[in-house]
Parts: sequence; structure tokens; C-alpha cells
Amino acid sequence: MKKNWPILVVDDEEVMCESMAAWLREDGYRVDTAPNGQKALDLAKSTDYVVCFIDLKMPGGMDGIETMMEVRRIRPEASVIIITAYATVDTAIQAMKEGALEYIVKPCNPQEISMLVSRIMKFKKLESENAILRKRLTRQYRHHDIITKNPRMEEILALTQEIASLRSTALIRGESGTGKELVARAIHFSGNRSEKPFVVVSCAALTETLLESELFGYEKGAFTGANGQVKGKFELADGGTIFLDEIGDISPKLQADLLRVLQERRFYRVGGNQEVEVDVRIIAATNKNLAEEVRQGRFREDLFYRLNVIEIPLPPLRERREDIPLLAEHFVQRISSELDKDVGGISAAALKVLMAYDWPGNVRELENVIERAIVTCRNGTLDEQDFSWLQQQSPSTQNWEVPDVPLDELERRAIVAALERKHGNVKEASAALGIDRSTLYDKLKRYAIAH
Amino acid sequence: MNALYVVAIGSVPERALQWAEEAAAEWLPLPLRRLQALAIPETAYDTKRRQYQSVEIMKMLAQSAPRDAIRVLGITEADLAIPALSFLFGQAQLNGPIALVSLCRLHQEFYGLPADLDLLRERTGKEVLHELGHTFGLTHCSERECAMSLATHIEGVDAKSDRYCARCGLQLVERFASL
Repeated sequence: MKKNWPILVVDDEEVMCESMAAWLREDGYRVDTAPNGQKALDLAKSTDYVVCFIDLKMPGGMDGIETMMEVRRIRPEASVIIITAYATVDTAIQAMKEGALEYIVKPCNPQEISMLVSRIMKFKKLESENAILRKRLTRQYRHHDIITKNPRMEEILALTQEIASLRSTALIRGESGTGKELVARAIHFSGNRSEKPFVVVSCAALTETLLESELFGYEKGAFTGANGQVKGKFELADGGTIFLDEIGDISPKLQADLLRVLQERRFYRVGGNQEVEVDVRIIAATNKNLAEEVRQGRFREDLFYRLNVIEIPLPPLRERREDIPLLAEHFVQRISSELDKDVGGISAAALKVLMAYDWPGNVRELENVIERAIVTCRNGTLDEQDFSWLQQQSPSTQNWEVPDVPLDELERRAIVAALERKHGNVKEASAALGIDRSTLYDKLKRYAIAH
Repeated sequence: MNALYVVAIGSVPERALQWAEEAAAEWLPLPLRRLQALAIPETAYDTKRRQYQSVEIMKMLAQSAPRDAIRVLGITEADLAIPALSFLFGQAQLNGPIALVSLCRLHQEFYGLPADLDLLRERTGKEVLHELGHTFGLTHCSERECAMSLATHIEGVDAKSDRYCARCGLQLVERFASL
């Protein structure tokens, strides 16, 4: 991450420039240096510096304040820190007036600079996260985003087309992240209700009373704070589709209420005595095994059968691995353009890593993983090392099950595992393996234990 | 085989050099060799600040590196600084062969406290691992206890451990394997 946030140090004294740059590089930043204002401007034209340290006094040409003003003209987002050997109140005030973020006197306490830089970076990180979240919000409103060549998924897509214009209730089952909402949207937007609202309610997110007023609305005076009549999601979805996510989590009382709506398409607002009639198609989703919940007495059997008129079981990503390359490529294209990053593709080695992973969080996890990789990627192509953190998480090296591989490979894995367990301590790892340090060193070389 | 050279810059007690070697040996699978002590270059002394410019000493270390040196670790009692910063515990070339550790501010005496050899030994080991870590491409780590975490005051040095965290340790191993 830090490498994506370059810093510029501008000072006519080479020692000052280079030592400061070296110190910041130890912190992981990419740092450039410039001996004068003109060179600083040239650099700023091609690089989007996040922070610029600029010396106040530079002989000949532009001084620090002028340099700052010019740099800020090219890079208005850059935070400028003016450095000086002699502090006067006047220059400090002038620097701040012209847009310097800070004014520091050298030599400066290392802690002060380190805190200053991390404060700026923290702010930049929040800014960029905010941009990502904003984009994610708008992304939620896309549909037909289902990409697959898996036969089971293709069958499901065909089914969604067939049932799109029916009013029958559908129940979508699948682990979280398998795309239940996407399928519900596909049904809604392919059918004759597509011009009408598609309303999403996450049942698990709200308490019983909140969910009740959320679904059915309330009348003025129904409870403290009910200042006027408010329509519920059922009314808002009139003519369209209501998507009840995580239906397995609703309380017995709401189960009864919902059953009534399903049977009669009519309900009362909370605190109301007038029936409201709606024409709504209900699509419910759950990651629970509802049949089992029924057996356990936690979910009403009659409601279950009402919901389960059309059953759509979504397979987890690990059961449709052939889709991983397609989905990965799709996410790379979409996310890189959304984030304005110049990442064009994904390497074969990286795909191998993605194919081998188990994806407990399914397609959503894959999407997040690609996004994280794109944010931190430095090249035009996502490579194996952009996903190295993913491999570290996978428990494959921790489970002791003798795999069907050559002895050499077994030894290599044993060495990697020992180093992992000993957190890289060569002395402890070699002791654990029962070999001496130099033997371990030879083996490390032989197996080129790199990435 | 290429070796890690340890060298005293100015007068440094033998025990401090040994502490540095012990810390290095625990993590780096490299042969250790000792270079003859070097004098602190006169150009390094900053009379106004009464400190030593770290950059000058680093330059001298680079010039004195033997051919078979994969890394050179200088140990000094001099109080190091660079123009922008009031002091440094040490300095290193990121991904380069030279590392430098100053013992000056690791002494309890520097802070007006009674000498504590055990503590000095611990601090020396931590700073040696920290600077050598930089030479193998490690940057500052956000794990407070990792030897690679940034310490800008002596309490920060004491707060970290004399170990690399799992991630930094593994990165180091990977670097070694590809040397």
C-alpha cells in the first residue's frame, strides 16, 4: 500500500535529501528527491505525490514557498511540509497561508515526522476507502451480473428466465457470497415486473419490532416517535418484487405475519386497523437449511412450503471451480476501471493460486480478494505474489495428511512448515527439523524457497 | 562463501560486538566474520550539533567492505544523526549491503540512569536485527513486538522483542533462499 503513496523530498543539500529519503524508504514508502524547485515540478508532473517535504531556503531559482505553490498547482491533493533550519514566525505564517500542511524546523525529532507522515497517510487511506465504498454502493444496483459456464449454474439461469414472469414465491438457498441477491435481481429484471420496484430487506439485520415496522409500515402514534404514517417495504414494492434475505432468521411472530401476507396478499400496518392490499412477488433467500429448521421446530412448516414453491439451490464456488477464471477476469476488468487502476489482466500462475483456494466466502470473497489485489498491485497484471497473503491463510500446510507428491516436495513442504511455525527463526527451525543450520541453509537454496 | 562482516567504528567494547554477532547468528544463516576496527571519519563530526553524520560513516563502511562481504554491520558508540532528524538509533541501506547501529542512546546512562548491561545487550540485539532486516529488504512492521517495528524513542526499543514477527521472518527466509 505504502508503495502506492509516493513522497517527494526537495532540498538543495544532497545529504539532506538522500538521508531523509533513505529514512522514509525504511518505512516502506517510495521516495523521490529533487535538488531544486524546477526538478520537483518535473517530477510532480509525472507522479502523484501524496506528501512533499520542501526546504524553505534554496539558492537560485524558486524558493520553498514558490516551489510549494507550483507543486500544489499540479498536485492540489499533495500535502506539503515545509522544512527549515531557521524558524521565524513570519515565514511559518506565510507557508501555512500558502497551503503548507506543516512547518517543521530541522533537526526534527524522528517521532514527530513519523507521526506526521502516518497521520497524513491514514487520512489518505480513509479517503481512498471512502471512494471504494462509494463505488461499491453504486455497484449494488447492477443486475445480470451472473457469469458462469458451470452446467448447474446454467440450469439455474434458465430456470430464472422461465419463472421470471410468474408471481410464484421462490426460495433461493446457498452459502453466503454465492450470489443469492444477484439471482433474485435476475429474476425480477427479466420478468414483467422489471419496471416496478425491487426492494431488498435483510431480515437478520433488524430486531423483531423494527423488522415488523420495516416490512409493514406503521400508523401515526403506533409507538413513541411514530410521527406520521410510514409505508413499509411491502407497500413500496407494490407491483414489483420484495427480496427477503436471510429469511431463516425471523421470529415466530413474524413468520405468522408473513404467512398471512403470502396467503392473502393483505396486511395491517403496525398500529393500524385498515387492511392494505398489495401485489408483490416474494423471493426469499437463506443460507440455512430450512427443512432442517422445520424439523427442529424453529421454522413454521406451512410458511416453508409457501416460500419453497420454486426452489433454487445455488452451488458454492468450490463446486463450480471452472467459473473462477471467468469471474476473476470479469472482476479485474470491472474493478480496475472503477478504481482507475491500470490493471489489465491476471497471470496464469495467479489463476492457479485462485483455483487452489477453497473460497469459504464464495464469489463475494473472490471479488474482495481481487479488489484487494488490484489496490496493492504495482504492475499491469495481477501476479502470484499479489495473492501470496491468500496462500498464507489457507490451512493446507497445517493439516497433516501425506499428499501424493515426490519426496523432494515433501521435504520442501516440511521445511516451509517448520519455518512458518518458528516464524522464520532459522536456528529454531533447524532444531525442530533435526538438522543443523548450514544443512537447512543448503536446502533452502536447493528448493529456492522464495514465492 | 559470502559472509556477514561485523566491524567496530571507533572504540567499541568486545562484548557489544559479540552481542551483535549472537543476534545475527540466531536469524541469518550466514558465516560471520570480524573486520578490524575502523576510526570514525573526521568529516562525520558535526561540531554544532556535537553528533556524527550517519551518512559519512555509511559511506566509509561501503568503501571498506571486503569483496566477499554479503553484508557489513558497523557498531559504534557515536551519537548518529542526519540533517533532518535529531538522532538515529541506526541506519541501513534498504536492500543494500550496509547497516549501522549506534549504541550511544541504548545505554541507560544516556538517560541519566544507572548502567544496565543486560538491558544494553537486549537493545543491541534488537537494533542489530532491525537494521540488518532493512538490508534484506524488510521495511517497518506494524506489529508492535516485531524487531522491524519503528522505534523513535528508547521506550519504543524496549517495547519490541528481539524477534521478527512471523511475516517478517518468513520474508527474510525467502530473501535468503533467493540470494
